[in-house]
Amino acid sequence: MADTATDPILVAKDLVKHYPIKGGVLRRTVGHVKAVDGVSFELRRGETLGIVGESGCGKSTLGRLLMRLEEPTSGTVDFDGVDLFSKSGSEMRRLRRDIQIVFQDPYTSLNPRKTVGDIVGEPFEIHPDVVPRRGRRQAVEELLELVGLSPEHINRYPHQFSGGQRQRIGIARGIALKPKVLICDEPVSALDVSVQAQVVNLMGRLQKEMGLAYVFIAHDLSVVRHISDRVGVMYLGKMAEFGTEDEIYERPTHPYTQALLSAVPVPDPTLRGHREQIMLKGDVPSPANPPSGCRFHTRCWKATEICTTDVPELVDRPDGLGAHRSACHHAQVRQVIETVDVSGDAATTRLERIEAHVAGEKAPGDGLLDKVAGGLATAAHEVRESAGSLKERLTAESSDDDTTLDPASPEAQEAFRRHRDDPTG
Amino acid sequence: MTTTTQPRGRRDAQATASDYRPGPDGLLLEVDDLHVEFHTEDGVARAINGVNFDLHAGETLAILGESGSGKSVTAQAIMGILDMPPAKIPRGAIRYCGQDLLTMPDEQRRKTRGPEISMIFQDALSSLNPVFPVGWQIAEMFRKHRGMNKSDATAQAVRLMERVQIPAAKQRVRAFPHQFSGGMRQRIMIAMAIALDPAVLIADEPTTALDVTVQAQIMALLAELQEERQMGLILITHDLGVVADVADRIAVMYCGRIMERADVLELYRRPAHPYTLGLLESIPRLDQKGQELSAIGGLPPNLLRLPSGCEFHPRCRFVQDVCRRDRPELTAVVGAAPGRESACHFSEEVHRG
Repeated sequence: MADTATDPILVAKDLVKHYPIKGGVLRRTVGHVKAVDGVSFELRRGETLGIVGESGCGKSTLGRLLMRLEEPTSGTVDFDGVDLFSKSGSEMRRLRRDIQIVFQDPYTSLNPRKTVGDIVGEPFEIHPDVVPRRGRRQAVEELLELVGLSPEHINRYPHQFSGGQRQRIGIARGIALKPKVLICDEPVSALDVSVQAQVVNLMGRLQKEMGLAYVFIAHDLSVVRHISDRVGVMYLGKMAEFGTEDEIYERPTHPYTQALLSAVPVPDPTLRGHREQIMLKGDVPSPANPPSGCRFHTRCWKATEICTTDVPELVDRPDGLGAHRSACHHAQVRQVIETVDVSGDAATTRLERIEAHVAGEKAPGDGLLDKVAGGLATAAHEVRESAGSLKERLTAESSDDDTTLDPASPEAQEAFRRHRDDPTG
Repeated sequence: MTTTTQPRGRRDAQATASDYRPGPDGLLLEVDDLHVEFHTEDGVARAINGVNFDLHAGETLAILGESGSGKSVTAQAIMGILDMPPAKIPRGAIRYCGQDLLTMPDEQRRKTRGPEISMIFQDALSSLNPVFPVGWQIAEMFRKHRGMNKSDATAQAVRLMERVQIPAAKQRVRAFPHQFSGGMRQRIMIAMAIALDPAVLIADEPTTALDVTVQAQIMALLAELQEERQMGLILITHDLGVVADVADRIAVMYCGRIMERADVLELYRRPAHPYTLGLLESIPRLDQKGQELSAIGGLPPNLLRLPSGCEFHPRCRFVQDVCRRDRPELTAVVGAAPGRESACHFSEEVHRG
């Protein structure tokens, strides 16, 4: 999917976003929600960068920062060599032509009182020099067609469309100005699986046609694997691991990535009981009061003394084949999922054969595919059997599921100290 | 009532309390030709159009479907919590241990909710009452159904909270729902649902709102409780991954009908309905790379205007004339393992692949 050019188009450096927590009668700042706390990465031209993480890890805030919908507490975002946050209003508006966003919820991100034509055409109103007034209607119709909607629906309102169709409208609006970067904040999470595949395929097609670079923010690791060239895994406002799709999914070195991957259910009942599952205890701690040192140490089964004191840096660490960035003191590669390469045309062949059957023709090479599949299944089973004997079920020892904080805990005391020393934040 | 410290396992513990006996082979629930329609200003929306299935003790039946397929309405009909009107059940029967719940007097039916059949809802935050402590809400089951006094009921609530692995249950029995995280709230819902040792537990998208690591915890807990109490579990979900992990049998719903019914291994290995096939091909898999997603074209039809013939025909890639004309019944698939059923004119061909 990646373009030949590997020079970065978007570079984020040490991005930090803290939201103040107001409390007391005087509405003073009593603390901060550390939504994004020092995130650096680069997005290359024409690539898809997946950002995954659980709710509250700061991935959506990161997306909004990249668009400058939020001002950062500190840090920079360079777009094509230009510092985004140093730009004034009108300059920023011009820059936004090249960075657009598609929001998660297709039900609330479209104005219910505007027609589809108005919504998709609005970018042209803000940037009138892109398409002359006369050609706008036609441009909107072309966009609708591009995303698979009927151009005749230009005068309809959002409520007349289904969820998947609305997400297509959001995408049409996002690509109207032919941006270089499209930030997609959970674009398919609200959709049913059959419709989700349509939208994912559409996004892949648009990328090929327009050379778009995507920042694809999602919590669904399967979708992210499918669409991404490189992947960043976030936990509590920090990047835990960052690498190519293969590096993250086949050679993860961060315990959090390993636990996350092992928790995703795989739609294959034959793997039941054979899959290694790392069961994490408890929930994600509050970003208002993140654990000291490595933020994952409270749920990590590998945590030692150093993890509670030193923040591990996101640097290249060996992963067996090479090295990729991982923020863990005890980074060690561990394969948690068995990847099967299906880039062949098994799926389409099967489809064609069924079609042939239904049409009453004799399908060519009938038993062959089954034979190959059978052989593969046997081989996979053998691998699994041998892996099974080595399998160990891990449980993280410490748990952090208390929403109320134990006043004696080091976290609580540290938080107390922070508040006392720096009451204004 | 002196059941305060009763052991687990409902059958022996409650032998005196329950008037219901499961069928000879552990048959608990039979849904027979169920129809549900909603009378709206725009017309009659036919949400459920003839659904049949049964459930045995200790078994997990997954009802799989997308939004609008009628899976949640089916669950609500079984629980008897549909708003009627606008909902109406023009036909069908729901038999629990041989007795039809739909014709039962209201008072008698009310007594089945909790001790016999209970339900876990998707959204724990809006399903729990925000102004009462969670312990009070769990204990309510014991006060109302078992006539326990306050302190006994609260002790039972603490025991249940410990059972669903809520840390520091004793201290948190007086906490309010908003003081818990999403995963913990879902555990409280589960505690309420299993409080009276039901024989049938319906879980309506129990983990949809949760993160994957928490989802794994909750599913493991549910499996453990089911094993321990030999409950019949109806798992309603749209997630093909979760289903593959826990279900024994699967019913795939579309437009208020069961399109296919099969054993879990059979269904994933060889779907016998084009809709199931399409679903399986449209999900990206974590353990596959270079995979092509083939989406099901089009959209689910409007329930106010269902298509003629097979409900799936406008989106089906194998559609023939007969599909537009005749509605296929859910029948056994020729040449397949026993117990496999599909509502498709060409189920045999689809199954053969």
